[in-house]
Amino acid sequence: MSYITKSPWIIHYDASSCNGCDIEVLASLTPLYDVERFGIINTGNPKHADIFLITGSVNEQNKEIVQNIYAQMPEPKVVVAIGICASSGGVFRECYNVMGGVDKVIPVDVYVLGCAARPESIIDGVVKGLAVLEERQTALKEGRSIERKVVEVNRSAGKAESANESEVSL
Amino acid sequence: MGKRIVVPFGPQHPVLPEPIHLDLVLEDERVIEAIPSIGYIHRGLESLVTKRDYKNYVFVAERICGICSFIHSSGYCQGIEAVMEIDVPLRAQYLRVFWSELSRMHSHLLWLGCYADSFGFENLFMNAWRIRESVLDIMEETSGGRVIQGSCKVGGVRRDVSNTRLREIVRSLETIETQITELTEVFLNDSTVMHRTKGVGVLSESDAWKLGAAGPTLRGSGIKSDIRTTGYGAYEFLKMKPVVHHGGDCYARCMVRADELHSSIDLIRQVSDQIPDTEIEVKVTGGPNGEYFSRVEQPRGEAVHYVKGDGSKNLVRHRVRTPTCANIPPLLTMLAGCDLSDVPVIVLSIDPCISCTER
Ligand code: SF4
Repeated sequence: MSYITKSPWIIHYDASSCNGCDIEVLASLTPLYDVERFGIINTGNPKHADIFLITGSVNEQNKEIVQNIYAQMPEPKVVVAIGICASSGGVFRECYNVMGGVDKVIPVDVYVLGCAARPESIIDGVVKGLAVLEERQTALKEGRSIERKVVEVNRSAGKAESANESEVSL
Repeated sequence: MGKRIVVPFGPQHPVLPEPIHLDLVLEDERVIEAIPSIGYIHRGLESLVTKRDYKNYVFVAERICGICSFIHSSGYCQGIEAVMEIDVPLRAQYLRVFWSELSRMHSHLLWLGCYADSFGFENLFMNAWRIRESVLDIMEETSGGRVIQGSCKVGGVRRDVSNTRLREIVRSLETIETQITELTEVFLNDSTVMHRTKGVGVLSESDAWKLGAAGPTLRGSGIKSDIRTTGYGAYEFLKMKPVVHHGGDCYARCMVRADELHSSIDLIRQVSDQIPDTEIEVKVTGGPNGEYFSRVEQPRGEAVHYVKGDGSKNLVRHRVRTPTCANIPPLLTMLAGCDLSDVPVIVLSIDPCISCTER
């Protein structure tokens, strides 16, 4: 990955997740994982943000807010879907109020899997997102249009596997 | 008297990890009324109970909320076990207490951090979360997951923790306890922090009772109520005193949680001293037939799991009543009449968990 010229700022929104992934997103900002050392700052204002971290499968009431935040972010921007919920609906896929993955409402660039996604995977996902961001920045500079293609981050970074994986029937 | 204006607060707001929306009716800088609207995280997971096997549903019950995940799953299992009249081995019950108390610790540390962030004390936020990581390490090592453990099952628990390991954990908790004391010292004695929390968001004892507050919000208003004292599971054999403070303000609620951190460590110590050597699970066959209200104490207060089955593999109904749901009416009372700048602190002071509330 080449160096990008500007510190990427992130914005986080919880679109009907169970909280597990949200607190892991916050945990990646805190001393043990500390992404702030790379200049990554969590902002509350979509207009300042480059990377949109979104957790949870979207529901009807959330849909507009997600689209609204996405629309307010200036180009170039990257969307990272965190957790199995945001990627496909996960355990909640069959619930009546769940639309499925975030990609049903906005284009997603990086999928981070895991339930809950571990901070290591989240950081990995953001780094993959940086490469996408960099590419888009160049594209914008050269006056090309932005292509959207998908990257997936696997859940290999963890130390211990969660005990329940084999038994969840989805 | 100024003109009335309405300021929207949330759903996307930097102090809120989860979306809740409040319409704040202001007169100058003063909040006259707060009108909540919820439903941003409603998934409808209770209905899944009719589609999943009741044993597999434990994983869904656990995902009601990622912070108090273990206690939700144990509350659900406890309900099913009562319906099916299963005798859960003692060791499993003690291990449930062990993980429940670790969950409580990580939840309270998480809360202390977010709360510090709500009044702009970023350094304190980072420190609280740093200590929380050591609790999560214990959690991960013993159960396999950081926030979602999956270690509870109908009829017992899925993993055992050896007695030697338990004693080692208790020793490492001593270090954590010193760190916690240093941390809570700042919350309770620093004049800047006290300035932001003392006398802010007062909930009187009678209001707390009338509006049906739960957990630390209730105990911070001077009412002694803790479901753990009813002695469910292994709490029956452990000694604990509910933490009660009388201020009714944000400071008192913070004090309750700070003290509960210590009482949780004490409970884990007792678990390690008393835990008997028995099996950790029993085999469960058949389907639940009947209904039961299972009550557990979450970090945020009392949670009730109602389960009803008809003897088949799928339950007929599962209903959860969560503490944050009970704490929203008291929150609206606290907000009326406060300053706009105090709104984040007051909202955080009830430790809102919207995922639980809306499910
Ligand atoms: S992926 Fe799992 S942990 Fe993350 S929000 Fe969904 S249910 Fe919760």
